[in-house]
Amino acid sequence: MTTLATPGRTASGVPLRPQPKHTGKKVAVIAGLVVGACFAALPVLWMLASSFKQNSEIFAYPPRLITQGFSFDAYTTILTDPTKLRFFLNSYVVALSVTLLTLLVAVHAAYAFSRYEFWGKKTINVIVVSVQAVPPITLLIPYFGLVVVLKLYNTYQGLILTYMVFTLPYAIIMMTGYFNTLPRELDEAVKMDGAGPLTALWRILLPISIPGMVSVGIYTFMIAWNEFLFALTLTRTEDMRTVPIGIQLLMGQHSYEWNEMMAMSILGAVPVLVLFLFFQRYFIGGMTAGAVKI
Amino acid sequence: MSTSQTSPRAATPTVTEPAARRARSRARLRRRLTPYGFLSPTGVLLIVLMATPIVMVVGYSLMDQVITNKNPAFVGFDNYAEVLSDPVFYTAVRNTLVFTISSVIAHFAIGLGFALMLNSPYLSNRTKAGFRMLYILPWLFTVAIIAVLWRLLLNPNGVINYILGSTGLTDGRTEWLSGTGTALAAVTFINIWSGYPFFMISLLAGLQGIPRDLYEAAKVDGAGVWAQFRNVTLPQLRPIIISMALLDFIWTTQQFALIWMTTGGGPINVTEVLSTFTYKLAFTQYEFSVASASAVLVLLMSMVLAFFYVRHQKARD
Repeated sequence: MTTLATPGRTASGVPLRPQPKHTGKKVAVIAGLVVGACFAALPVLWMLASSFKQNSEIFAYPPRLITQGFSFDAYTTILTDPTKLRFFLNSYVVALSVTLLTLLVAVHAAYAFSRYEFWGKKTINVIVVSVQAVPPITLLIPYFGLVVVLKLYNTYQGLILTYMVFTLPYAIIMMTGYFNTLPRELDEAVKMDGAGPLTALWRILLPISIPGMVSVGIYTFMIAWNEFLFALTLTRTEDMRTVPIGIQLLMGQHSYEWNEMMAMSILGAVPVLVLFLFFQRYFIGGMTAGAVKI
Repeated sequence: MSTSQTSPRAATPTVTEPAARRARSRARLRRRLTPYGFLSPTGVLLIVLMATPIVMVVGYSLMDQVITNKNPAFVGFDNYAEVLSDPVFYTAVRNTLVFTISSVIAHFAIGLGFALMLNSPYLSNRTKAGFRMLYILPWLFTVAIIAVLWRLLLNPNGVINYILGSTGLTDGRTEWLSGTGTALAAVTFINIWSGYPFFMISLLAGLQGIPRDLYEAAKVDGAGVWAQFRNVTLPQLRPIIISMALLDFIWTTQQFALIWMTTGGGPINVTEVLSTFTYKLAFTQYEFSVASASAVLVLLMSMVLAFFYVRHQKARD
């Protein structure tokens, strides 16, 4: 559409309207987009810039984006501190486990919803959808008692199972939607050859559902990586804390090491940012499907 | 499961008639039970970690001194009476509503504005993809990161005060997060910044799904840009807007971490919301019974919203 900018005549001989009008619109849209980009990205840029400063320079007057004392000190401090590295390890263990287990459980439930008619299907479906609206704060108090009884307090398993309660409904809904787009003939054909439903699911449906599973997996990973409330309440010792709690603990110390907090934040955001850069399409698919399709 | 299902068919010719019938009915039963088998891990998880805790919290809310006392007594609705007579509870309700309604409206307005620009026909796809990436950025950070980042930016000596001060808009010494007059607005602003991309992406997908001919038809009828927006774009986006607004409303009323890490509900309760109010009752005052009553009230509110959401989604099918 922008190529129309060359002035000329249409086939019918009517002179084309001169195009400055389009250029004007284009400039206006770009100006709007730049203003929006400042709103969205400048705070993030400031975080990045601050992570390279000395702590004494954080509130320098006047503030400088690029500092004179540019250094990686904050990063070195964090990456050589075993306590903080442990936060990262914990976050990876929990988030990856949640992602794999959620996918494993969800594809089976989704297969049942997509391929079978059974008594109670509608009710179970409504329950799965509405469970997403249960406020975490409501579950928190009984969880506190429950994880102690189940001997899951301050363990990976406690966090992993808890997070699955929040990731599973979304994953089931998404995967059901994905399976519904795949023709039934595919798995019926395998069953004709005498294979059972599990074979049909694992051999036929799952291999062609990888894009859907990537979307769901990324979304699940992000929820688990970012969770705060339960990580705060269901773990106690420093060696079980996750990255979000680690960031909060930095803030709780007597002196505010802002540069370290920013560096830790950048490091804490890297996994999600990397996933986003490499899988942007799937990411956006995961974000929109909920509201647009269902 | 796969081998067992094939066996009855293979065995049929050799066995006697009633045995064959039994085998067939067993196969039918198994087929009927299969979906429940597939659903059982989900079912177990949701029963143990969703249904049980909900029953427990309702039970707690009707008893006295749970968790701290070994033999709590049944006290009926006393805890609810205590919550409902606490003025801070009403402050929390009011703050939650202000925080949520402002956030949802702003998420919608900013999300729609950005989505329309990102859908502009005047720009190349490359440019749009680049801007789209920048616009999603705030959504990629965990709340803990967003909280420390904005505490840095909104610090009395921070860069935002510097900018406002040097342009003469303020005196440049505003205590955004610790001033009683500004704290609620400040946390709401942070929430707006971090939450609009979700709205934006859904609206963008919705915009891209509007058939071109609708616009062509509107143009033939002489509709200008504004009339096209009002008569084509908005009605087409309506289902998405309602879905997103309800989801956003549900999630925003449940926001905890952002407020906990920026203001902690203070100063003097001006940013206290229902989730921080409940959390404090339980984990700083150890009033687990009263906190449970508050938690049940929050649950009821969310369920009402969820009811509308489910009904809306059903109507869209």
